[in-house]
Amino acid sequence: MTNTIVVTDRLTKRYGDRLAVSDVSLTVRRGEVYGFLGPNGAGKTTTLRMLLGLVRPTSGTATILGHAPGESGATARVGALVEGPGFYPYLSGRDNLRVMARYQRISDRAVEDALTRVDLSERGGDAFKSYSLGMKQRLGVASALLGEPDLLVLDEPTNGLDPGGMADMRKLVVDLAEQGQTVLLSSHLLAEVQEICDRVGVIAHGRLLAESTVAELRGASTLLVRAEPLELALAVSMRVAGDDAVQLTDTGVRLELPEDRAPELARALVEAGADIREIRTAERSLEDVFFEMTTDQEENR
Amino acid sequence: MSTATMTGRPAARSETRAVPTALGGLVSSTRAELLRLRKWPAVWVLATVWLLLNLTFAYIFNYVAYATGSSGFSNEGVAPESLLPELLPAAIPSVFTGGMPMFGGAIMFILGALAAGSGFGWGSWKTVLTQGPGRLSAFGGTLAAVGLAVVGVVAATLVLDVAASTLIAVFEGQSIAWPEFGALAEAVGGGLLIFGMWAAAGVLVGVLTRSPALAVGLGLVWSLVIENLLRGVGNLLSGVEYVTNVLPGTAAGSLAGALGAGGAGEPDGAPGVLTVLDAGPATLLVAVYLVVFSAAAALLMRHRDVV
Ligand SMILES: Nc1ncnc2c1ncn2[C@@H]1O[C@H](COP(=O)(O)OP(=O)(O)O)[C@@H](O)[C@H]1O
Ligand SMILES: [Mg+2]
Repeated sequence: MTNTIVVTDRLTKRYGDRLAVSDVSLTVRRGEVYGFLGPNGAGKTTTLRMLLGLVRPTSGTATILGHAPGESGATARVGALVEGPGFYPYLSGRDNLRVMARYQRISDRAVEDALTRVDLSERGGDAFKSYSLGMKQRLGVASALLGEPDLLVLDEPTNGLDPGGMADMRKLVVDLAEQGQTVLLSSHLLAEVQEICDRVGVIAHGRLLAESTVAELRGASTLLVRAEPLELALAVSMRVAGDDAVQLTDTGVRLELPEDRAPELARALVEAGADIREIRTAERSLEDVFFEMTTDQEENR
Repeated sequence: MSTATMTGRPAARSETRAVPTALGGLVSSTRAELLRLRKWPAVWVLATVWLLLNLTFAYIFNYVAYATGSSGFSNEGVAPESLLPELLPAAIPSVFTGGMPMFGGAIMFILGALAAGSGFGWGSWKTVLTQGPGRLSAFGGTLAAVGLAVVGVVAATLVLDVAASTLIAVFEGQSIAWPEFGALAEAVGGGLLIFGMWAAAGVLVGVLTRSPALAVGLGLVWSLVIENLLRGVGNLLSGVEYVTNVLPGTAAGSLAGALGAGGAGEPDGAPGVLTVLDAGPATLLVAVYLVVFSAAAALLMRHRDVV
């Protein structure tokens, strides 16, 4: 059994003149939650469609669980919710899953399990067309979970959910990850995935800009100090952290210093006679990183 | 918000999907499609409309005409007494396919177009094609399920015709003579071919347009209007005739005509029933159309992007 579940090599999709996805090479490893991040129109859905064999790449290749996209060996082991849930509106949620269970050749009991897992058992008998957007989305996840796939592909699964529903969805993904489920999760909401993803790939304008762990992408954590007088605080900070690791910002003095050296900094400030208003760790959010990255790319275009 | 939250915990005995073979995938896809077609009200509405049409035009109108001594539907000038033999069980083989080339065919076209075309707008094709069976197996399941639905409709038509004609025979005090088995089998086979061809045409146009509404519109315009217009032109211009003689509607109509659906002495009586082609070529042509429509739809499904 291999440890890479998905490998793509310069995957490209062109629609007429528009390059929807361009030379995307990414890797998803077994057991991880991989966040596929990018703004709307970045090419996330198109990439996922190519991985699922729904759309043929213009060039480049993809391998899923050792198979080409769309081969039974791949699709049978992948559960997917891509670009919104697609079901028969006249059937109940339960019957929709039963149809998919027939396709997968698994029993109706698995359907009940899947409905329970997304908290839809009670409304399972209602027609799909009567569902709220959130319920439709949950049914889509239930269908993706059906048959215990090796890889779960969720394309913006929190779309259309209220804040409570979003929290539930995140919890579901965390629970699945704890059980060792490999998840490929796309989102344009960076803040919401940074806590649940092991690794992320950042895509914008069809290009993969970066692929790494969330921590790596964010870089080292920094400490933010507000103390008076400012000149003194700046001088002490430079002594503790080194001249290059200190920056004066609108909010105060920013130090590239790990969190465990905060007490040392506080002592030094107090001994020097500065009045400390605040010392806190200030991690760059993925949002910041992402913003920098995409604006860099804009400039290079 | 819901009180319980999503847990993601699998039940103790969770089931894993297996990698299907091409044939295994076809069988499971057929079962899946049968389930969702069976639970689709539109399918029952279409089947019911056809059965009512068939009952009305094959039996009720003509029986009322006979009973009241007036001229029957599309039988103007025919003596009422000569209508009765057509309404008895022995005549089932000749009347069985009478409404099929045109009205029944249009309804089967709609069935096929809805079954194959709706999934694009709903996004259900996208879901189906990620379940495990390959594209050909999954689409083959839809073709097979539509085919079985057609078999069901033809069987129901037979049951209805037998019931109606037996009832009329009993009512009119006629002795019940059953049709010859060979002739009946030919009529049922002809009905299956005609309905199968139109349903396959519906599936193909549904896949081509990816829109059931557009497909149904195009199909109805084609089978009810364009073919008739072309045949009208074909009667005037000899060159066009070669084309109109091999159109799907001509083939289906000729097959029904060869089975005697037009009624004795008036072969072109029922709408859509023709005598352009002989039984052999008509049967062959309908069968070829059925296969070509299905294969073309399957190839399209296999090669096109599904978004
Ligand atoms: N079927 C299609 N035909 C033409 N252009 C498309 C098609 N699908 C996607 N695109 C274009 O490709 C780009 C990427 O789209 P998409 O993959 O849906 O982005 P995302 O999922 O990241 O929002 C967009 O510019 C979109 O307009
Ligand atoms: Mg998208």
